[in-house]
Amino acid sequence: MTGPAAPLLEASGVGVALGGRRVLDDVSLALHAGQWTAIVGPNGAGKSTLLSVLAGLCKPDRGQVLAGGDRLDALPARERARRIAWLAQQGEADGDLAVRDIVGLGRLPHQGLFGAPGADDHRAVDLALEATGATAFAARRLGELSGGERQRVLLARVLAVQAPVVLLDEPTTHLDAPHQRAVLCCINGLVRQQVAVAAVLHDLTLALAADRVVVMDRGRVCAIGTPGDPALHAAIAAVFEQAVSIERIESSGGLRWVAVPTP
Amino acid sequence: MSRGLGDSRPATTGRHGIPAVPARAAMLALVLVAASVLLLLAGLAAGSDGLSFAWADEWTLLREIRAPRSIGAWLAGALLGFAGAVAQGLFRNPLADPYLLGSAAGAGLGVVLVLAAGTTAGASIGLASAGALLQLGLVGAAFLGALVGVALTLLLARGAARPMSLLLCGVVVGVLLTALSDLVMLVSPDAMRGKQIFLLGTTGFLGWNSTLVLGGVLLLVLPLALQVSRALDALVLGEASAASLGVPLPQVRLLLVTTMALATGAAVAQAGMIAFVGLVAPHLVRRCVTVAHGPLLALSALAGGVLLLAGDIAARTLVAPQELPVGVLTAVLGGIYLLVLLRRRQA
Repeated sequence: MTGPAAPLLEASGVGVALGGRRVLDDVSLALHAGQWTAIVGPNGAGKSTLLSVLAGLCKPDRGQVLAGGDRLDALPARERARRIAWLAQQGEADGDLAVRDIVGLGRLPHQGLFGAPGADDHRAVDLALEATGATAFAARRLGELSGGERQRVLLARVLAVQAPVVLLDEPTTHLDAPHQRAVLCCINGLVRQQVAVAAVLHDLTLALAADRVVVMDRGRVCAIGTPGDPALHAAIAAVFEQAVSIERIESSGGLRWVAVPTP
Repeated sequence: MSRGLGDSRPATTGRHGIPAVPARAAMLALVLVAASVLLLLAGLAAGSDGLSFAWADEWTLLREIRAPRSIGAWLAGALLGFAGAVAQGLFRNPLADPYLLGSAAGAGLGVVLVLAAGTTAGASIGLASAGALLQLGLVGAAFLGALVGVALTLLLARGAARPMSLLLCGVVVGVLLTALSDLVMLVSPDAMRGKQIFLLGTTGFLGWNSTLVLGGVLLLVLPLALQVSRALDALVLGEASAASLGVPLPQVRLLLVTTMALATGAAVAQAGMIAFVGLVAPHLVRRCVTVAHGPLLALSALAGGVLLLAGDIAARTLVAPQELPVGVLTAVLGGIYLLVLLRRRQA
């Protein structure tokens, strides 16, 4: 009998203080291959900071993060970038670069600054563009796109890295319902390829489609559970001040959990 | 979105080989090179009597004055266009210009100090009457001053890691060095006229030595910046995203700021404050083609060269036999261009 596989990314007792305020406090989280973890919580709960710590972009003042057993802060930047792909919250990306060039940036960790794209890189970019439905506007400029199109391009850039760990900070922002569903399809595709996915989501119903959900509040992890876990439902209701409840829906597609605003 | 990543069907819409956008960029490069050659020929022909193609009769004039002046003007414009493209990419701001980091104020202070020293020593201070040695001193001082201005900015900002801090420190250094220049000019009022002539922006003093310096700096900074141009592409995504892609941002920024300072310093030292070329050249290129920063840097250099050489020829011929300072001409035309751009965007 074999034990569970070692996590691809693991934070242990991580703490971060920003501007004298502790925004993460003793957070531990392990991401495993082929598992999708959704992170939810009210504004200011520390979700994005946790994702930044897991991506190696924010150095914790307490605890440590291991990537495949290696200390994340000891990894060379390019090696870290090959192992972990990170999607920022939308808003910063802007400019006159063509969509295809933007997606091609996902291959930078493989090519390095001085390398030229090869056949593998072109193929990875093509796949990522197609997976996000961005092929049609590959020649347009990022600055000319709508919010939804832009978000799909930025997601394609993350997919083009082809990293074993994918961290997404609000990937469904600005997307309409069909494209939100398509993001979920993308995530499921990654999970089938044994990628470890963690996504910060504000849409609780989307989050409840994950393999497991992490509930955060005031810099701490309040609960971790599967979408059907009653303790998880209680934790979600508590951190959102009883403004939502989790309901069970059985449809032709199977059993689902949805977040419903309380009257 | 038609299918997920798990789908292993081969992509059918992928672009391999030479894509369409770089082909347009290559076409633009050809047009700019052709324009440069034509303008260089016009530059050889442009004199105080208008255009003259009787080159055999004016061989000495061509070789000693018009040729170095025209080539020098093209090179100074190329350096400014290049530096503008670097500045706009580095600061993620389409209105960034190469003089942002204190280089212009530093060059001004360098010139004023040399002029004031010349006065104290009883030497002639006006550029028209300055000896070759003093002129070499002015150019050297302007170049050194520009580099010192940028170095001070980097020192105050504690490196190039934080662009906003870098910009603010650039403004502070600019104000401080300009104030120091004013102070020196108060003590030595004669330095003011010399400084004005030198920094007004003119290609009239460009000789073969200037051309060699400008060409050497362009050959140094352009390949260096092209090597790391994909870092500028990554910065389009934002600081954190670029870092998440493994881009060593502090080192790359320092290298790019250095190339920008060298390019701007060389241009200011040899041709004074040429306004708007660095700002407008990358804009014009981006209006014509959608390219990554590598081609953008090279095309902006070509466009800058074309712009300043065209401006130089116009400055020489518009009110012949008198001559306009080319810096004044580029300021007027560049200002109008930016106003039109602004109006179109608002519309």
